[in-house]
Amino acid sequence: MARGQTASAGRRKTTSAPRRAGGKGHNSSPDTGRDELLEYYRQMLLVRRFEERAGQLYGMGLIGGFCHLYIGQEAIAVGCEAAKNPGDQFITGYRDHGHMLVAGMDPREVMAELTGRIGGSSKGKGGSMHMFSTEAAFYGGHGIVGAQVALGTGLALANSYREDGKVSFAFFGDGAANQGQVYESFNMAAVWKLPVVYVIENNQYAMGTAIDRSTSEVELYKRGISFNIPGEQVDGMDVLAVKAAAQRACEHARGGNGPYILEMKTYRYRGHSMSDPAKYRTREEVDEVRKTRDPIEHVEHLLETNGWADADALKAIDAEVKKIVADAAEFARTSPEPDPSELYTDVYTELRA
Amino acid sequence: MTDILMPALSPTMEEGTLAKWFVKAGDTVKSGDVIAEIETDKATMEVEAVDEGVVAEILVPEGTEEVKVNTPIARLNGEGGAAKPAPKAEEAPAEASPGKGEGKASAGDPEKKPPEEAETRPEGEGPAAVTPKEPLKDPELPEGVNLVKTTVRDALRDAMAEEMRRDGDVFLMGEEVAQYQGAYKVSRGLLDEFGPKRVIDTPITEHGFAGLGVGAAMAGLKPIVEFMTFNFAMQAIDHIINSAAKTLYMSGGQIKTSIVFRGPNGAAARVAAQHSQDYAAWYGHVPGLKVIAPYDAADAKGLLKAAIRDPNPVVFLEHEMLYGQEFDVPEVEDWVVPIGKAKVRREGNGVTLVAYSRMVGFCLAAAEELAKDGIEAEVVDLRTIRPMDIETVVESVKKTNRLVTVEEGWGPMGVGAEIAAKVTELAFDYLDAPPARVHQEDVPLPYAANLEALSMPSIERIVKAAKAVSYKD
Repeated sequence: MARGQTASAGRRKTTSAPRRAGGKGHNSSPDTGRDELLEYYRQMLLVRRFEERAGQLYGMGLIGGFCHLYIGQEAIAVGCEAAKNPGDQFITGYRDHGHMLVAGMDPREVMAELTGRIGGSSKGKGGSMHMFSTEAAFYGGHGIVGAQVALGTGLALANSYREDGKVSFAFFGDGAANQGQVYESFNMAAVWKLPVVYVIENNQYAMGTAIDRSTSEVELYKRGISFNIPGEQVDGMDVLAVKAAAQRACEHARGGNGPYILEMKTYRYRGHSMSDPAKYRTREEVDEVRKTRDPIEHVEHLLETNGWADADALKAIDAEVKKIVADAAEFARTSPEPDPSELYTDVYTELRA
Repeated sequence: MTDILMPALSPTMEEGTLAKWFVKAGDTVKSGDVIAEIETDKATMEVEAVDEGVVAEILVPEGTEEVKVNTPIARLNGEGGAAKPAPKAEEAPAEASPGKGEGKASAGDPEKKPPEEAETRPEGEGPAAVTPKEPLKDPELPEGVNLVKTTVRDALRDAMAEEMRRDGDVFLMGEEVAQYQGAYKVSRGLLDEFGPKRVIDTPITEHGFAGLGVGAAMAGLKPIVEFMTFNFAMQAIDHIINSAAKTLYMSGGQIKTSIVFRGPNGAAARVAAQHSQDYAAWYGHVPGLKVIAPYDAADAKGLLKAAIRDPNPVVFLEHEMLYGQEFDVPEVEDWVVPIGKAKVRREGNGVTLVAYSRMVGFCLAAAEELAKDGIEAEVVDLRTIRPMDIETVVESVKKTNRLVTVEEGWGPMGVGAEIAAKVTELAFDYLDAPPARVHQEDVPLPYAANLEALSMPSIERIVKAAKAVSYKD
């Protein structure tokens, strides 16, 4: 088991002052320090390179079943991680690799889970959509669309019950936003003032269905209105905007004011899963976002214009990240499949004697 | 130098057509660039570069059909960090090995060969947790212990109260459990003792509050989730099965969900089809769940206490028609009845009657009728549906050579069907007659009093079945 062996996606807390609430659509400027921004850059790049490699391993037949890549949406997980406190929980759906990496799980055990090997975080028994780490306060990795919203609200119920000051972040997509249990959860979270931040990663496509074909009100931050849950729309391609909004949301939730909704406007570059040719949108549409809104290039630009990193420094980070990813891929390729004796383990927990 | 390989675009893809190249020799590519387009019979997909470098050579020209997965299609003068080529077939996962046709090699292929151990493992022999190493038995009662007449309703309440006093992580949530004191008054008095933080009135939102309960359990609390009836839990069954039962396995043992889902199950009286259903077989089907269906008050109390302490998700099926019935409950400090152990409620040599929950009472009454005709029935109360104590049933059948199962649920794929199959496997030579099943008729439960009576198992039907397997009708 490789759990916790490499420093790789190290957890790093920003110390910069939170941005004042600016409502929706505010511009980000680098009031976050150089080190923090470099760290966000590194984390986003790690996620992207990891996902590219996962796609490659899928293509080589080393990863089976479904595999949903996070490419394009990196700023959301990274920005929320930057805003949260240690111990605050993350829970998400099946597009979960990015959240796990930024939450601090070892890239080796994430990649080895993708290849279904014993070195994986679930010993190869969960796969791409079902990974967990109590150490990293990451509660999955859920394959049923919307389930994580009720479960994440339950994590917040536990936080409230224990009065431990923790906040739970429940991530879900624009597709999940149409599930009934999301609103059942909103209602209870608001009635009981549970410390939960609902992060809607609106990448505009629920699998192949564009949001305006499935959703009568496409401004998803308004979805909390009838529950008295405040919401705001955030540029999910701007890690600093994400972080600032997540800080506001966290402060609200931690302060005993109940849930908060953040609608992150984002975009996924790849198909819904590896086997989705994404013919429901044009290549031009994807290219346009990549060219004009890429979250990593945005930070690259900020770093360069502030004189905080030159091309060589960025290249060095890329090399470091690639090394981590290559190491993870090699581990995932060589870690053995689970022993047949694992078939019947972990079905039940033994009672304490 | 790095080879770019023909990628598999789905778990079942074996080969495809290299439809188009977007790069040529000498072009510089970086990761994320679209370099080619590939077609299969299902879809056209773009191939993105993972490694960076300069294209040295195109090895497979565009328009080439039937390019096998993992064939080198281009060569890159790269910066290193490239992935190793795909492993050879013998070290690759089974689902990735070439040579299987499209649509035949998916990861979930039922024809995929299971591990050897799995093939030789006797069916139903589960993990250690459900195969007790030591024989389970009820706690020894001290000499002259006081037996207190208690209703099932109060026994359940006492169990919850005792466990909530014992463990601050235990709390109760559900519809009308607090201020209303429980729709069936099972939680009467709990709000007064434990306060609104630990006795939580939920909105009418089963799917949602079951999910919240499971989430709180994942965080380490021990929720008791009351469903006003298990009929309404169908809205929540996704969380009971997909979120609670499977997560320990899917997390490789990391995430435990110690949670009890409880409430009345089965038919009350004259409430018709949507409010009258026995879910024992439904939940009993699912690995990762424990399923309990007690009959008397002592078991209701002792098994609910065991369920609350159990680190696994437990479905605890009560019965509205039993709530008001009084039984003896031993007055001992900490009455905990082990999960997974059946109880012989009446001994006899003539026929084995197996039942759970309310049907145990029906079987005991039927046994008295049968005794009048000289048939001594042995009544086995399963108490736990999963893990099922089939050994106790088999031991009884070895003695009586005849088996009748009784349940409120429907017959097909039911609890009785499972018991009959197991007894046939394990004690075939002991059976003097084919096992008989008494169950609800195979219709939605009717409202009309006469049709309802016709549909439900009855003492007469149990007697009739017992006589039939005894060849005495």
